[in-house]
Order: sequence, then C-alpha cells, then structure tokens
Amino acid sequence: MPNVSVTINGVTTSVREGVTILDSCKTAGVEIPTLCYHPDLSLAGNCRMCLVEVEGWKTLAIACVTPVTPNMVINTHSKKVRHARRTVLKLLLAAHNVNCPECERNKNCELQELAEKHNITFNEYQTSPKPSSIEEVSPGIMRDNSRCIMCTRCVRTCEELQSVAVIRPVGRSASVNISTFMDLGLNNVPCTQCGQCINRCPTGALFETSEIRQVWEAIEDPEKFVVVQTAPAIRVGIAEALGLPTDRTTGKMVAAIRGLGFDRVLDTDFTADLTIIEEGHELISRLKKVLVDGDTDTALPMTTSCSPGWIKFIEHKYPDLLPNVSSCKSPQQMFGALSKTYLAGKEGVDPSKVICVSIMPCTAKKYEKERPEMRDSGYKDVDYVLTTRELASMIQEAGIDFDNLHDEKYDRWMGDSTGAAVIFGATGGVMEAALRTAYEIVTGQEIPFEGLNIIPVRGMEGIKDAAITMPDKMASGFEFLAGVTLKVAVVHGLANTRKLMDKVRAGEVDYHFIEIMACPGGCLGGGGQPIPTNPTVRKKRSDAIYEEDAVLHFRKSHANPEIQLLYAEFLKEPLGHKSHELLHTHYTKRD
Amino acid sequence: MSEKRILTAAEQPEAGAALKKSLEMTKADVVFEVRESNMRGRGGAGFPTGVKWNLAGAASGANKMVICNADEGEPGTFKDKLLLEKYASKLLEGMTIGGYAIGSSQGIIYLRAEYPYLVPGIMKVREELISKNFLGEGILGTDFSFDVEIRMGAGAYVCGEETSLIESLEGKRGEPRNKPPFPVNSGYLSRPTIVNNVETFVSVPYIILNGSEWYQDLGIGSCTGTKLFSISGDVENPGVYEFQMGSTIGELLEVAGVKDVQAVQVGGASGTTISAGELDRKLSFEDLPPGGSVIVFNSSRNMMDVLENFLEFFVHESCGQCAPCREGNVRLLDTARAIRGGKITSREELKPFFMLAEVMKLGSKCGLGQTSPNCFVDIITKFIDFPDGKGGM
Repeated sequence: MPNVSVTINGVTTSVREGVTILDSCKTAGVEIPTLCYHPDLSLAGNCRMCLVEVEGWKTLAIACVTPVTPNMVINTHSKKVRHARRTVLKLLLAAHNVNCPECERNKNCELQELAEKHNITFNEYQTSPKPSSIEEVSPGIMRDNSRCIMCTRCVRTCEELQSVAVIRPVGRSASVNISTFMDLGLNNVPCTQCGQCINRCPTGALFETSEIRQVWEAIEDPEKFVVVQTAPAIRVGIAEALGLPTDRTTGKMVAAIRGLGFDRVLDTDFTADLTIIEEGHELISRLKKVLVDGDTDTALPMTTSCSPGWIKFIEHKYPDLLPNVSSCKSPQQMFGALSKTYLAGKEGVDPSKVICVSIMPCTAKKYEKERPEMRDSGYKDVDYVLTTRELASMIQEAGIDFDNLHDEKYDRWMGDSTGAAVIFGATGGVMEAALRTAYEIVTGQEIPFEGLNIIPVRGMEGIKDAAITMPDKMASGFEFLAGVTLKVAVVHGLANTRKLMDKVRAGEVDYHFIEIMACPGGCLGGGGQPIPTNPTVRKKRSDAIYEEDAVLHFRKSHANPEIQLLYAEFLKEPLGHKSHELLHTHYTKRD
Repeated sequence: MSEKRILTAAEQPEAGAALKKSLEMTKADVVFEVRESNMRGRGGAGFPTGVKWNLAGAASGANKMVICNADEGEPGTFKDKLLLEKYASKLLEGMTIGGYAIGSSQGIIYLRAEYPYLVPGIMKVREELISKNFLGEGILGTDFSFDVEIRMGAGAYVCGEETSLIESLEGKRGEPRNKPPFPVNSGYLSRPTIVNNVETFVSVPYIILNGSEWYQDLGIGSCTGTKLFSISGDVENPGVYEFQMGSTIGELLEVAGVKDVQAVQVGGASGTTISAGELDRKLSFEDLPPGGSVIVFNSSRNMMDVLENFLEFFVHESCGQCAPCREGNVRLLDTARAIRGGKITSREELKPFFMLAEVMKLGSKCGLGQTSPNCFVDIITKFIDFPDGKGGM
C-alpha cells in the first residue's frame, strides 16, 4: 500500500493507506481511548469510545475500525468528539456496577482508568446502582455480569484465540448479557478453564475463583505443614503483577513467599524436570513399540499433557485422540503426589498434615487439581492453587517490599531446578527441554545445537515444527533409532491447536511428538498471569524466561541433582512401578 | 406534485418485458440506466441504487448475491406487504435484472417473520416465471441463470439494517457489522452483495421499460420517481398510496382524508415528527426523508403517549451491541417517563438528554441508534411546553 497524506488535529502527516485511524494516530503520538479494542483480537467497534471526527462525515467515525483515506482530515478532540466520548463513557459507567474498592480489578481496570482520565466526577445518566450478580462458580473462573460493559473481548478471545466459543451475547438491548449455552454456566459447557477471557477483560467482570482465604488459613494453622510450589512462569510474572518492570525475580519471589509464612518453598520446576525424564522415556518407549515391535495400538504422535486447558479441550473435542496424550501428569500434579509421599517422608511429617499449595500462571490448574484422578498420594494431591495475581495480592497484603528483598534460595528435596524446567513457561520450552534430555539418552551425546539453544522451536509463531535426524552411532539399547528423523511440532493457543489436531486426525502430518499449550505464548501468557496481556508483554516475559535458562548452572533436566536423588532413593527408574502409581494417569471423553 | 400510480397502476406491463429488454442490453447499460434514473433506495436510507449496483458489478469475487430486504419492520409501514402480495412478479423480475446487471445467479428474499402467509403466493409466482423461462436456468435462451429463494427473518427490527440482515442470513445473531467493508464488496458469506428494498426492485422494470429520462421526470430534483406510502392513524382512508417524490405531506393527507391534525410521523418511528404547521414540507431526501410510513395523530392524542410508545419500541429492538444505542434508548425512555411523572419540569434538566440524543445520532453503529432519538427530540421540542419555554435546546 502506498503512503497517503492525512491531517490529524491540524498536523499533516504521511501514513500507509489502509491503516486504521487508531494506528495512524498512535504513530503520530495521539492517544485515542479504546475499550473493546484488543491487539490480539478482531475489531468489534461496539464500545464507541474511540469516536473521532472526520471532515465531511455526517456521523463520527470509530478510529479502531475506520481505515484512513487520502487527505482525510481527522480531529480527535473537537467539542463534538469530547462530548460524544464523555457521554459514551458515562453511559458505560452508568450500566456498570461501580464499586471499585470491592473489585478484583481495582486500579487495574481500563474503565476506571478512562473515567479518571476524563475526570468523570458526576454522572447524570446514573440511575439506581447496579447490584453485584455473581452468576456461577467454576473451579477456575468466576463472572460478575454487573461489571460487564459488553465489549465482547471475552467472546472474541474464546472464539478466535481458543476456538472454544462457549460464551456469547444473549438477549438484546439493555438486557443483553454474556452467557453460556442455555445459561448452563461455564462449569457445564465445554469451557477449558484457560482463563484467557480474564486476561482480556477490561473490567472485573471475569476473574479467578480465589483461594487466598483458604491459603492464609492453612498457613495460620500450626498443625499444618504447608508447602508451596512455584510454576516456571511465575518468576517472570510476579514482578509485573506487583507493578514492577517485567524481569526474572526468582530469588526475591522465593524470599517473598517465605515471608508469607509457608513451611517450605519449593519449585514446580523440579517436577518439570521429572516430567521430562518420564515423558522422554515414554516417547522413546512408544517409538520403540512402533518402529521395532510394529505395534499398531501405540499412538503417535505423542502429545504433551502439562497444560490442563489442552487436556480439557481434547477430552471435549478430540476424545478419539486421547491415546496420543502422554500419560504423564502435569508437573503441578506430580509435585502434589510427591509432596504427600516422598517429601513427607524426607521431612518426617505426617502426610495428612501436608497442605500443598501451588502458584500457577493458570486458572485451569485450579480445575485440574479437582479432578478425581489426582488423588494418587492417598490425599488430594494439590490442595490449593493461587494465580500469579493472587500471590501478588497476598504479598501486598502482607506488606512485603518485594523490590527491596534479598534473593533467597528454594528449600531442599524438591527445590532444585534446571534451565530446561524454566523454559517450560514459554511455548516450545517443553519440546526444547525434552529434546535436550531425550537426545542425550538415546545417543549418549549432547544435542547438537549451539549452547543447547534449540532455536527452531522457540518464538511466537502459532505452529512451529522441526526435524532432527539421529546419528548412526546410538547409545546401547537405542540402536533402532539410528538414522531416524524425529519430527516434532509445537503449538500454542487452542485455535492453532485445533488446526494441527485436525491434521493429526486426518493423518495429514507425520510428527512423532507435539508440544501443546492452551494459552497464547505458553504458560507465560496463562490465564492466571498479570493483566494486561498482549504480544509485547508476552515477548518480554519470554525474553526473561530464556535469560533465566541461560544463566542457570544446570540446563538439562536429567542433570538436576535432586531428580537423581529422587530416582535413587524413591522412584528407582523412569516409568517404573512407583512412577506409574504416582506420576501417570489417563483422561476421559467428555460431551 | 400529485398522486401517481405506476407500481400500483391498474394496467401493468407484461411480465418479463423489462427482463427481455435488459437481456438485450449489456450489463453495463442496465446499470447505467438505473444509475441515470437517479432512483434512491426505497428502504429509507436513500442510497442511489445504480451506484450500489455499479460497485457490486465492479467488485471482484465469485458467487455475487442479490438480496431483497423484505423485513418490513418500521412501525406504520405496510407498503412492501402490498407489493409482495400483488406485485411479486415485478419484484422477481427486478431482482433478476439486478442479478444480470451485477453478474449474480442467486437471489434471496429475506422475508419479515410476520409475513409467512405471503410465501405460497410468492413461490407460485416464482413457479410461473420459471415455466415461462423468466427465471431459472438459461433465461430466455441466454446463458444467464438466476433463481430466488425465500428465507424467513426471526422478528428482530434491527435485521432490516442490511448488514444485520446479512448476519441473520448467515445464521448468526442479527447485529450490524462494521463498515467498511461494505456489502457490495463483502456481504453475504463475504461475497459481493446488493441488498435492496422490495419497492426498489419493483421499480426497476419500469425504469428499464420506460428509460431513465422518463423516470427522472417523475419527482422533484434529485428525488426521482414515485414512492409508496402506508398511511395510518387518524385518517378516514388508511392504506397504501403512491405519490410522486416531492409531494407535500398536506397533499397526501388530503387524498387520505384527514381533517384534524396535531402531528404526523413521517418515515416510521425512526423518522421525523412534524406539527400541523409543517404540512407543506416535501417528501424528499432533502426535506422529509420518505420511509414508507405516514402516521397521523389528531388533537385528541397525547404526544407523550406517542413518544413513550416509540421509545419502548426502540428499547425493545436495540440489538444491544453498541453502547450509545443499548444504554441511550433506555435513558431516553426513562426521561420521557420522568417528564410525564412530573419529575422533570424544565428545559434545563433536559440538557444532558438532548446531548445524549445527539451523541446517539453521531456515534451509534447503525441506523437504528442513529435515528431512534429523532422522536425524542422532535416531540419534546415541538409539542411539550415547560415553564422555561418549549422543550428544545
């Protein structure tokens, strides 16, 4: 497209023809307020906050949708525009349950921010205050439609990014609201609990089902031995959730969590490493069954199973492909099972007194811990799940000055971590970690990528793939893989997943191993992570994750000393009897 | 200007005559003729039909669509019902000519949910036209094929708005789309699409048969042709009347037999409310945009009843997508009720609501929200007295 000349607020500038007024104004340094607009989503144009005046037009134009045309004259703060925006904003506020101090999103709300910027101190359109209307409780996600402004960002997220589409506008006029099929509630429709809708809600209409109160009570109960595990993506999210720049802050995070009063601060990274060992062996075993034994019952490609949103998605949408899913539990659930068996033994505490709390970038993890399969320790393997945002809230409530904390280290037995585990937090990370270990197991050599950085599986492209050809000389017992080209794929976001799974189902692809993460960007973009989310934010978190990998002493899961100890003293061998009892499971078809 | 029956004349040109003539012309010439006639869309918005056809004809994209908007939902309008009942042959002929002109072989009539009893009649006419080879495969021995199907609406007023209509046809919730892209480039199933009103299509055969110059001579200025009006309310002879564009309201009311006039609603609930002193205003896009409806209120009517009734309608019919329309109509209705209840007693208190009405007109996504405040502004300004003066600002 050629450049065209447009005049914005009296200043003539040159922009690419066809870009929107919103983008041209952004380039020209003119800010236009938006609400229904989101960089990850299609354009809705329903909130009408971005109205601008275009010379010669009878009505005002919406900047987010309208493309510039040659010699367009745009005014973004004429009297007409100001009045229109203030009126629209007041109408939205009038229909909103304005009870900011009691809202999860207080001080991180786009509507509140606009009200402040526009100095809305009196609203002549306000009628009676709208009462709270918490409609439903699902394990991960709650909704309060009294705070909804009908921007449909959640609807578009669910449909466009996740291809789940379980929420839609229902009814019309002022009684329109976002609802599920037949008002059944998120818990009774094929919602994956991924929480991506929460991350894109401009107000507090969507939020996680909180367990802060239960966690405080456990901490305050002297009878309980409360252990906490932190997922890989938390260490690059927590600072952001506290309003600090995105950075890796593992040491401060450990110090802050210890400061909250947990008995042990441990790391999901530990069981991420464990997952790699178990899953890597499972993959090799499947390959052997198919390539050597000619077993036709063994399903390939094998897919990962760490992402509970993905698990619920496949249970609903591709139940015929469930045999392809790795039998490994997710790192969270492996941790839970071990915390009440192995760790309780190591610490000499009664497993019935152990409370396992996880800090997750995820709302689906709240759902996952409730699954009936997740009780192999004899207890509920994981008791409570907090999101990154909930952890930040607890740190703030406790008055902990996060930024000025000194770095601390995780506690022992299940606190060691490797770079391979850290990168679980980014799309492609599980694949990279698995390849670092699996390649070495079968060849006896390090994977031939400079610095162990397997670049082809990194980055934010929706579907990535790579092929690695095994050398002729293999480690003893793995000769059957000599010269085999291992084909792998990495996918994130459920809409991308659907595209790939359709191909798998149709037999159009011949991958051996697929990493699948329900959320865009992987766990770093999870539904429990700080708000807002957008491509820039996710890129920063991703950069921080790969920096952490680069500086860690151990970068391969099998090098984790505590993992080696766990096998030596407790599990004995990968895919062994104990592993099967505690670390593996199976999933079920759902309607 | 005066009453002039063309579409509703007793003597009708032979079925298929205009189609036959069209097929002897080039597509471009058909579009040219319609464009030169200056006919503007009869649905209410008044977009020049020939321009629309020209854009759709020039648009790239396969499977172009001809859609007839028969979702006649504007309160007080029943002129399309008459055409669908008695002149379906001309409608189908007009759609077929439209199909030829833009290069489409597929037409859809989107029929108002309340008109299901019209389906058999229209389908019978379709069968007759097919039997005469005026519709169907290889029309009149040419390689041009065209057929029409009927799809029923589901009762939402907003689906009379062309992009909502298209969404509804696609099986989605009836809500307006953002424009651009316009339907002529990307409409039904993303195909180039023309959406025209029943009356627009019915007018086409006459333009083709008699030529654009003949059509231009009807009407006034750039408002050419004749126009059907559904006249109802406090009149002696309610019904559908055909007048030349540019006729005055007074001329219409005289023919329909009106003695006592307090107010006239022109163009339906979303149109203009005029007082008895404005009867010499002309029905044209330049003065009083002529939708299809003229409702007369005599001096026994309480205009606040009328206003409340209209606003209740809009509150019910807003699709709820965009903020100004969704929230605005409710508040205008609340305000009307507050005036009646004596809670608002001055012009001063009304200021924010006139501002609201203005913002709805300027900032709503589609014609519904852009026109629903008209009745509020007109009726309060023209008919309601406050101690500090008339209601208007």
